[in-house]
Amino acid sequence: MAKFRAVVIGVSSGGVQALKLLLGELPADFPLPVLIVQHISPDAGNGMAKLLNNLCAIHVKEADEQEPVVPATVYLAPPNYHLLVERDGFLSLSADPPVSFARPSVDVLFESAAAVFGEGLIGVILTGANYDGSRGVQAIKQNGGIVVVQDPDDAETPQMPLAALAATEADHVVALADMAALLQSLAGGGAARRGRSTTSHA
Amino acid sequence: MTADELVDVEIRLLLEGLQQVYGYDFRDYADASIKRRLTQWLAESPFETFSQAQSRLLREPELFVSLLQGITVNVTDMFRDPSFFRTLREQVIPFLKTYPFVKIWHAGCASGEEAYSMAILLNEEGMAGRYRMYATDIDEAVLAKAAQGVMPITEMQRYTRNYQKSGGTASFADYYTARYDRAILAANLKKDIVFAPHNLVADAEFGEMNMVLCRNVMIYFKPALKERCLRLFDNSLLPGGFLCLGLKETLERRKMGDHYDELVPGSRIYRKRYG
Ligand SMILES: C[S@@+](CC[C@H](N)C(=O)[O-])C[C@H]1O[C@@H](n2cnc3c(N)ncnc32)[C@H](O)[C@@H]1O
Repeated sequence: MAKFRAVVIGVSSGGVQALKLLLGELPADFPLPVLIVQHISPDAGNGMAKLLNNLCAIHVKEADEQEPVVPATVYLAPPNYHLLVERDGFLSLSADPPVSFARPSVDVLFESAAAVFGEGLIGVILTGANYDGSRGVQAIKQNGGIVVVQDPDDAETPQMPLAALAATEADHVVALADMAALLQSLAGGGAARRGRSTTSHA
Repeated sequence: MTADELVDVEIRLLLEGLQQVYGYDFRDYADASIKRRLTQWLAESPFETFSQAQSRLLREPELFVSLLQGITVNVTDMFRDPSFFRTLREQVIPFLKTYPFVKIWHAGCASGEEAYSMAILLNEEGMAGRYRMYATDIDEAVLAKAAQGVMPITEMQRYTRNYQKSGGTASFADYYTARYDRAILAANLKKDIVFAPHNLVADAEFGEMNMVLCRNVMIYFKPALKERCLRLFDNSLLPGGFLCLGLKETLERRKMGDHYDELVPGSRIYRKRYG
């Protein structure tokens, strides 16, 4: 029985709407930390974290370097930096070159988080127009974690979910509207089935 | 032990070996980034594992140099973070102008773009001939490149935009000559910059600086090494001097933070207190 320790989310185009909806449904005391890479313009500032923090019950902030990862908190990768998880559970940032044209990159976050959290990690791929994250979900599966993908039919832009599904066997494929409930039941160690659950995606 | 944990063990052993053989110590670099960089080097090498590579890395200096290149990622830009350079121009230069002569240290200067940007700024603000810059890096190959002051012409459009956003009003094209696909920086930007090797892990401070810039270098370091660097900078800086960090780096939670005031909130430009 997996006891999860963290959620990582990758999202690209269509991300603002998707994150508003998903994070808006998470309770303030969601028992896990949530780390997010959203592709945004290099000089976007930290407006996104502020916006989401105002809209959501759960605490949302931009990740700082060398910050401890704590439950019930959502950390957004800052524009123009990669976000990584260190072995000691602290966050780190990097100004290394873009990976698959992206900085922050979903792969970079997922691969580092997979190494640290192993089977305690839930990886989530949402709407997006590129392939970033498909290596990341492989790393998560290899390290024993589970992968949740937004149903491509439900995604504003399906490429990123499709690429993730092509790269690995997802444990759950769900519509965005069902995502928060799924994460809650997984995080609570509750009754969510392991194995491929399909809702609208037949 | 998982395959991933085994790799962590191999990396620890390799870094230990490199330190003993070559004196370069990367053991206090943050794990996640250095692991990424090493793994990338390995993927492009003929070796299957770090253990396999280690035997030759410890015996063949040229191979070690290629690894060093992989570890020291030298990404930089001219006028990187234009808002930072704007604050320098508007809020810091007026203080510097009150000195007859200023000394500036760029620690981790990579290929020199930050130092050259600063030279443009100082010259435009009437400080030509009144400054000396020390631009240092651990990576001697990138320093050789920096000293040449030659950049790909394809970058110039972006740099021009950065320059303008930073408050620059002259014609950026006057600062370089185009030769085929290269941009050669003007000689008067180079003449007061000294490029020299310096390793923040092991080497000593530079004395009596009015300003130290160390941007996007310490984010790769573990806390203890960060503290070491900050002590080094503190010992180098005159009272009233300026310490400039990357936009996502702060002195909060740092031992020496009490001796500094941030000039403008969020600017990451800190002024050392007097006494
Ligand atoms: C990302 S670049 C930053 C360049 C520039 N300061 C900027 O912000 O654009 C980091 C630089 O730090 C250098 N570096 C890494 N470790 C170092 C060390 N121990 N001592 C000095 N420089 C180091 C690397 O070689 C690289 O050129």
